This record gives sequence, structure tokens and C-alpha cells, in this order.
Amino acid sequence: MSNYKSFCLAIAVGLVLSGCGKESAQQPVASAHASGVLLDTGGSRKGDFGAPQGEPINAVLTNPPNVPPPTARNYPAKVIVELEVKELDLEISEGVKYTFWTFGGTVPGSFIRVRQGDTVEFHLKNHPSSKMPHNIDLHGVTGPGGGAASSFTAPGHQSQFTFKALNQGLYVYHCATAPVGMHVANGMYGLILVEPPEGLSKVDHEFYVMQGDFYTVGKYREKGYQAFDMQKAIDEHPTYVLFNGSESALTGPRALKTKTNESVRMFVGNGGPNLVSSFHVIGEIFDKVQYEGGTRYQENVQTTLIPAGGAATVEFHTEVPGTYVMVDHSIFRAFNKGALAMLEVSGDKRADIYSGKEQDEVYIGDKLESLASVATAQEARAKGTLTKAQQIEAGAALYKGTCSVCHQDNGAGLPNVFPPLAKSDFLTENPARAIEIVLNGLNGPVKVNGATYNSVMPPMSQLNDDEIANILTFVNNSWGNSGPAIDAAQVKTTRAGTKRAEGAAH
Amino acid sequence: MKTLIVAAALSLAWASGFAANLRAEGTQRPAMMRVAAGEFESVLPVAPGKNRVRVASFEMDAVPVTNAQFAAFVAANPKWRRDRVSRLMADPQYLAHWQTPTTPVAAERNQPVIRVSWYAARAYCESREARLPTWYEWEWAAAANESKADARNDPRWTQQILAWYSQPAGALPDVGSRPANIHGVRDLHGVVWEWVEDYNGLMVAGDNRQQAEADDTRFCGPGALTMEQKEQYATLMRIAMLSSLKAEFTTATMGFRCVR
Ligand code: HEC
Ligand SMILES: [Cu+2]
Repeated sequence: MSNYKSFCLAIAVGLVLSGCGKESAQQPVASAHASGVLLDTGGSRKGDFGAPQGEPINAVLTNPPNVPPPTARNYPAKVIVELEVKELDLEISEGVKYTFWTFGGTVPGSFIRVRQGDTVEFHLKNHPSSKMPHNIDLHGVTGPGGGAASSFTAPGHQSQFTFKALNQGLYVYHCATAPVGMHVANGMYGLILVEPPEGLSKVDHEFYVMQGDFYTVGKYREKGYQAFDMQKAIDEHPTYVLFNGSESALTGPRALKTKTNESVRMFVGNGGPNLVSSFHVIGEIFDKVQYEGGTRYQENVQTTLIPAGGAATVEFHTEVPGTYVMVDHSIFRAFNKGALAMLEVSGDKRADIYSGKEQDEVYIGDKLESLASVATAQEARAKGTLTKAQQIEAGAALYKGTCSVCHQDNGAGLPNVFPPLAKSDFLTENPARAIEIVLNGLNGPVKVNGATYNSVMPPMSQLNDDEIANILTFVNNSWGNSGPAIDAAQVKTTRAGTKRAEGAAH
Repeated sequence: MKTLIVAAALSLAWASGFAANLRAEGTQRPAMMRVAAGEFESVLPVAPGKNRVRVASFEMDAVPVTNAQFAAFVAANPKWRRDRVSRLMADPQYLAHWQTPTTPVAAERNQPVIRVSWYAARAYCESREARLPTWYEWEWAAAANESKADARNDPRWTQQILAWYSQPAGALPDVGSRPANIHGVRDLHGVVWEWVEDYNGLMVAGDNRQQAEADDTRFCGPGALTMEQKEQYATLMRIAMLSSLKAEFTTATMGFRCVR
């Protein structure tokens, strides 16, 4: 009984707290029941604000990571949404093509923003070049199938249905054509935001990020065209776990950008089809997280769970400049399947908040810095301004954790087991050969500085061209070595010329 | 047994002169192959819980109907020209890829005709004193590979179909580009979708998750089309495609062939 009571009290406090930010948790609560009634916003029962008013409005749709502007309306309107389905070959990872089925030409699909009580006239168009029929199930729709049956559309045709957005919140939409799993796995999902009638608070930036898992016949980063793998999808063994449909969607030059002292709101969805996301931004704490269509928020959240077919709105404030890495904290997905995105915050250093020498920093700081130098090098190469020094810096970061486990931090290797890279005559003799060694591995007897090693180095073909070029530039110019810089183009040529070895990453 | 031998002999005889025959112009009577009778587990139940289907022997076009063949039909039946056809019988995209209302693009003459409505496909087959296949006939003929009448448990059979699904529609090949199956029939997979006579009764709900309605026998389709066997995915997607259509619809990947 006493347990039950404190449970009720906890709920009551929670409701008061989040129902209105100004009220204090200390405020006495008469009864959980009464306050529950008071603070219930009424859901769909109170979401009908009557017939649409004014002229019909054409919804602004945006491609990720952009979010349409607030509706800035105080009345219910008729909103017309025109969404086009296209089947497209896009890059899922560097040099890897995949056929995506898209809502609006992007993965995730176009972001839709309406106001609670709006009447939405939805037009789904299936491009004539499509091979498949498609439809849409919006989780923000009240009605059987969420619109799926009414929007079932053959290639080269379009269909129309209308719904009233009764519940406020952030909702996933997706294709529900058989086989649903395959349509979702090919990228057919996106987000629709149903704003509360009073709108959302003003922030400096709004971003649209959505996670999804992908299943290809080839292995992670295996180059060329990759087909969908049904068996891996059924087994729930994704090849890629990605934000916004591509490994490079939100990294390097395409990283999200803000300044310090800004408020950021991210609409984060998870399309699945299979995995649940443990969404985390390394080095940030979410000041607020609002789950799904929740009218209350949780504060000070480190990692928030986003179910497949679910979404959360996260908000934080930027204080310290630097690169913040967003991950699915089921961490192998981040570093071995691509679930990694970046937010670059520019501004003056804030040593009072983050000195760079705190205890925690061994893990967080390290990872951050390493990824920052890698990102800088990647960006510089894209611009054509990459210097040897930048390559060495990025290479140093990548060497750690990739090669150092065997060849050691100081490049000295281990006697009889791992040959040295520091002052290695074998390396100096032919620096280009090292590219092949990293791509294909090495086994059999090899003589380095007079000592013979006969062991196995696994291939590291999962590293991309930039990464290999930077690592080898670092190796060629560290620990007393002085050799050439290696260009990513050289790695690309070598990769193209060698048959693929089984990568170490698999 | 006899039909089997005949079919085998036919397909052998066919193999040699095949390519030449295919390039022949539309006016020539298209070659049909005998598909032996068979009994098989369809993905589409006849009645709830009953998937065993018996298909009687029939003759089927060896390849899909080509643009050239369809042009010959349109020439003889001008009411099927794209500029004269009733909008109730064909949507505005009907034969939109042809150079003129009566002539296909030269390079596409021997490609499967696409952008044809179900009504038009039916009329064409009737003009040849033939008809569209039923779903079960089509499914049975298409269950075969080069060596088996029912190859649906062969992962390669499925993979080949899924591979086609997972690529966007590109340029079509000439008909006959795929190897003949055991019946001597080609291109059932990997080239175009094909109309069937009873496409309208396939009844996969637009939302195939509505399985609760499976008690309605008309909806036995979706009820049974659960994903227990992933082999059935490939076929299921064809049914999904067919059930998204109306009889006047045309699409850039939808062709047909006749049976008798
Ligand atoms: C799992 C342990 C391991 C890792 C990780 C590893 N290596 Fe090696 N590496 C070896 C072994 C063992 C050999 C010798 C192989 C033989 O005996 O044939 C070798 C040989 C080499 C050689 C030629 C011999 C020499 O010392 O000059 C180079 C160059 C090299 N590795 C570079 C790298 C680079 C760069 C990385 C990181 C991308 C790396 N290795 C990661 C184990 C490893
Ligand atoms: Cu779809």
C-alpha cells in the first residue's frame, strides 16, 4: 500500500514538473488523480479545432538534415502535402552504391511539418520510373493503417487521402507495401512533426536526423553495387547502421554546424527496420528530451532510446567549441557499421568549462580529438588543400587503435611477433608496397632490419582510401622515418588493382 | 508423360532457331510453348489454409509480347491507338513510349511492350484467339528454372528475382534474353511485370499487415501471405504490384503474354 502511494506521488510530481516548467516540484499535490486530470492535454479528444480556416496551404517539405520553418499559425488550416516516391541509386558509403526507395529522393524522406488540428490533404506520387508500388503509413494519422491502404500507388500514378492531425508530436512515416520490411530497409521512412497549437519554443537551429539499418549482400564497405540481402534482414544482422542513409551524410564537409552559445533542437527518428537506437552525442548532455508525441520532457539525458518506428525531440545548448560526434551507443554500430554523425561547434575556447585535461577526457577527449583531425583532413582533401602535416595528424589518430595494438604506439613492434615500422628497412625500400600490405594483409616470412618474421597481418580493407593514405603518411614520417606522403588516389588505384581480401572488420 | 516428351522435344528444337524467330516481325504468329500440367503449393491460397493448386496443361507465349507485335495489332485495330483509345480503357501513359501512335521506336521493336492496360492486353490476346494467363497458370509456369518445373526452393531462383527487384528500372532487353525454363518459356522473371487475367482478384490489401481480415475468404490472400517462407517474398512482391493496379493503368514495367 505504501509502495503504491509513493508511486502515485511520483507520478503527480512528474506531471506537475513537466506540465509547466515554472511550477515547483515542492508544490503540494492534493491527489495524483486530480492533478492527472488537470494536466492531461486530452490527446486526440482535444485535438480537433474545427473545420480548416483560410486558404489551403502548400506544405514546405525539406530534405534532411533541414527542417521546415514553424507553421507560425494560430488557427487550423488545410495543408496540402505532395510527396513523390523515387527509386534511386545512391552512395551508401564511399564507393558503394545501393538502390534506395525514397520518399522525396532522400533517406530519410522529406520532413513534413503541420500544426495540431490541421486537415492534411496528402498526395502520394509514385514516379513513372519506379518498379514497385508504394504507399505511406503515417504514425501521426488516426485511422486504420495510418493511410496505407488509401495511398497504395502503382508506378506512374498518384493517390490522395485526407486526415486531421489530432495528436501533437513527432511521428515516423514509412512505406507499408509488402514486404514491408524490405521497403523500410530500402529507406522508405521519414518524420512528420505535428506542432502543438502554441508552437515550439524558439531555438537557433533545428536539425533532422534519422537512423536506419541496411542489409547488403557484400560486406561493410565492400565497393561497387550492393544488392539488398533478405536473409541478413530476417536475421537482423545489418551491414550498415546509418544516420541519414549514408556514411558520409553528416560527416566531414557535411557535418552539422553551429556556434557556441546556441540552442539546438534535433528531431531524431529511427526508421529501423530492426534495430533500436541508443542515441547519444559524445560530449553533450541533452537538456531536454521529449519522447514521441510526449507533451512532457525529461531533462539531463545522456543517451536516449529511440525505438524502430519511433522518434524523440532532443534539445541542448552549446558551450564548448569542437566536434561533437553523434552515435548509436550500441557502439560497434558506430565504429564498424557507420552509425556516426558530426556536429561542429565553432566559437571561442571555454577553458573554464572544459580544460581538455579532465579525468573523463581519456575516453571522450581522445575520441573527439582523433575524429576531429580525421574530419579536418577529409575536409581539406575535398577542398584540395590537404597538407602533409594534416595527413600526419589524422594518421596518428587512426594509427592508434588500428595498427598500434600490434606494431605498438612507438612503432617498435614486438620482437619475433610484430615487425617494427619505426626505421623499418622493409618499409623504406618500397613505401608503396605498404598500401598493398594494409589492403591485403601479409603472411609468410618477411625480413625486417635483419630479423625474420613469419606471422600473419590481417587485411584492413575496411579502412577507406583517405584513412589508409593518412595512416601510411604518418608511419612514413614518424619515429625517425622520413618518407613520402601517400595520396588517397594511390590507394584507390591499388585497391582497384587488387582482388578483395576478407577484411578484418567482418 | 507424352506431353512432357513433346515439350522437351519442342524446347530442344526451339533452342536452335530461337533467336532468328524472335527477330521476326510482329505479323508472324508468335511461338507458344506447352506448359505441362502440374500441382503445386501456390503462395495464394484457393481457400483459407488450402494452397494446393492443380493447373491443367496450356500453351504459353515463349516470350512477352513485343512492341512490334503490339503495333501490328494496333494497326489492325485502330481503336487501340493511343490517340483513339477510350480513357476508360487505358490511362494517359498508354503506349506513351512509342514514336507515333502506330509505330514503336525502331530500337525497341523487339523489346517487351510496356505501358499497356489490362484491357488492351486482353484485346490483343483475343485477337490471336488466345487469352491472358490466370495467376495460377502464370505462377506455375514461372516456378520453373532450366531443369525443374518447381524450382522455388532453389535459393538461386529467388536471388535472381530479388536482384531484379532491387535495381531501378533501366533500359529493357530484347525479348528472349533470359534462358528458357524447362517449359521452353523465357523472360518470366527479370524483365517486366506481366498482366494476368484475374489480377483483380488477388486481393492483397494495399496494406498487407491487415491480416486480421483473413476470415473473409476474399481476403484469404493477405491472411496467408505471411512471411513464414522467405522464398515466397519474391512472388509476393509480384502480387503486391498487380494488386496496386486498376484495369486501365499502364506502367513502364508492365507487359504481358498470352496463353491458350
Ligand atoms: C593484428 C596485428 C597487426 C595489425 C593490427 C597490423 N599489423 Fe602490420 N604486420 C603484422 C604482422 C604480424 C606483420 C608481419 C607479417 C608476416 O610475417 O608476413 C606485419 C607487417 C607489416 C608491414 C611490413 C613489415 C614492416 O614492419 O615494415 C607493414 C608496413 C605493416 N605491417 C603496416 C601496418 C599498418 C600501417 C597497420 C595499420 C593499418 C598494421 N600494419 C596493422 C601485424 C599487424
Ligand atoms: Cu515502398
